[in-house]
Amino acid sequence: MAYSDKVVDHFNNPRNMGSFKKDEDGVGTGMVGAPECGDVMKLQIKVQDDTIVDAKFKTFGCGSAIASSSLATEWLKGKTIEEAQKIKNTDIVQELNLPPVKIHCSVLAEDAIKAALSDYQKKAAKTEAAQ
Amino acid sequence: MKLPIFLDNHSTTPMDPRVLDAMLPYFVEKFGNAASRNHAFGWDAEEAVDKSRKQIAKLINADPKEIVFTSGATESDNLALKGVLEMYREKGTHLITSSTEHRAVLDTAKSLEAKGLATVTYLQVDKHGMVNPDDVRNAITDKTVLISVMLANNEIGTINPIREIGKIAKEKGVLFHCDATQGVGKIPVDVQALGIDLMSFSAHKMYGPKGVGALYVRKKNPRVRLVAQMDGGGHERGMRSGTLPVPLIVGFGKACELCEQEMATETARLTAMRNRLEAAIMAGLEESYLNGHPTNRLPGNLNISFAYVEGESLLMGMKDIALSSGSACTSATLEPSYVLRALGVGVELAHSSIRFGLGRFNTEEEIDYTIKKVIEIVTKLREMSPLYEMAKEGVDLKSVQWAAH
Repeated sequence: MAYSDKVVDHFNNPRNMGSFKKDEDGVGTGMVGAPECGDVMKLQIKVQDDTIVDAKFKTFGCGSAIASSSLATEWLKGKTIEEAQKIKNTDIVQELNLPPVKIHCSVLAEDAIKAALSDYQKKAAKTEAAQ
Repeated sequence: MKLPIFLDNHSTTPMDPRVLDAMLPYFVEKFGNAASRNHAFGWDAEEAVDKSRKQIAKLINADPKEIVFTSGATESDNLALKGVLEMYREKGTHLITSSTEHRAVLDTAKSLEAKGLATVTYLQVDKHGMVNPDDVRNAITDKTVLISVMLANNEIGTINPIREIGKIAKEKGVLFHCDATQGVGKIPVDVQALGIDLMSFSAHKMYGPKGVGALYVRKKNPRVRLVAQMDGGGHERGMRSGTLPVPLIVGFGKACELCEQEMATETARLTAMRNRLEAAIMAGLEESYLNGHPTNRLPGNLNISFAYVEGESLLMGMKDIALSSGSACTSATLEPSYVLRALGVGVELAHSSIRFGLGRFNTEEEIDYTIKKVIEIVTKLREMSPLYEMAKEGVDLKSVQWAAH
């Protein structure tokens, strides 16, 4: 199977690969997938004043899974929480030109975004409640 | 050194130029039909086929008359299983095989089962992928007509105790078929000493052309009979009709002759190269696990799981080296390798497996390059892997509640 140039580029030069400390202020972490299924994505966002100022990922999975999560971090940076909620897996499929058998990679990336946002919101609500 | 490097010699092998040279006259100049008995064109073709039959029979210590030409090992497997079960159905319908056979055997067995033509016992293998001869013995009933166990596995290279199984089959009066596609030409195969009654093998796995294979069918002690699966002109002692592909058969014969002449030196060379590849990878990368038997396997085979990284991404990172993986993402079924699963390898490690298949045309320089690339890409992908990060932090990955999807 041939990969699109964009998938190859993200795979060879992953954007924002790495980790934030989970307990750091303003950091939301989403981890989705399972090792038995062959893919696990960890996506993290760092939020200041409702805007995502930084994002990082680590992914265990095929090239398309790595590319999907790398692309997601690129798109997340600079977006507000509300804007980030609107990223759809179909946008990722389109941008990376993913074949049908790889659509689940984009679904996983969307799930990871949602999970990171929800983790951030939970943490923010807790901090607010404590203040 | 030329890129890409071909290290996928279990899938197919490049044809040896000496094989091509032998074949060339039989396309345009000597194009006759080997079944034409009344003119020189036919005689030339028949003579070439006879010579080839001898070369092939010699490699496996058979009589030339016991070689039935087919289109390849898949057809040979189909013919052996379906042909024997149909011929001996009055004796019984029980077939014994193993869970790590090639799909050509497993799917044929399943098809016979589905049509109500056979009841099948699928024997489990041990953690190295080996069939236990005692399990074969215990599975035999008075309705068993055929045992089908492969010589060497195509993924992990493990070599089965064929001689022991052959002995049991003789003792119990059950026919024994062996899918020897990966073994013939690579390791010594003697159908007499091994007690094999039917054996499938293929030219393109041994530096011959694609599109031709053979089924060895024993002629005496016992005389094996089978029902042809294709009707026609009654070629190949009535077992396989169809005009013989003379150029392919000539190439098959030459390939067998070369394998026989060079087996001893080639085995030593491949084993040394494979061992060097294995040792360097194991020394350079922690948590790499060998799949298959540590010693009793094909000389050119090496199958390793690299924990925390996924197989398809490994292949993608080494796109100038042709390899294969047991990862689900690389299979048509989207399931990880059933062979590795049968060994008890965890699903996650099955996803992380890479098969290296060394062959006649690989060089030391190519192995050096591969060692360097493998270490580089596994290290890079582990840096990228959340699982590796968690393991380094001391998290037991088995204790994590994963959301399966």
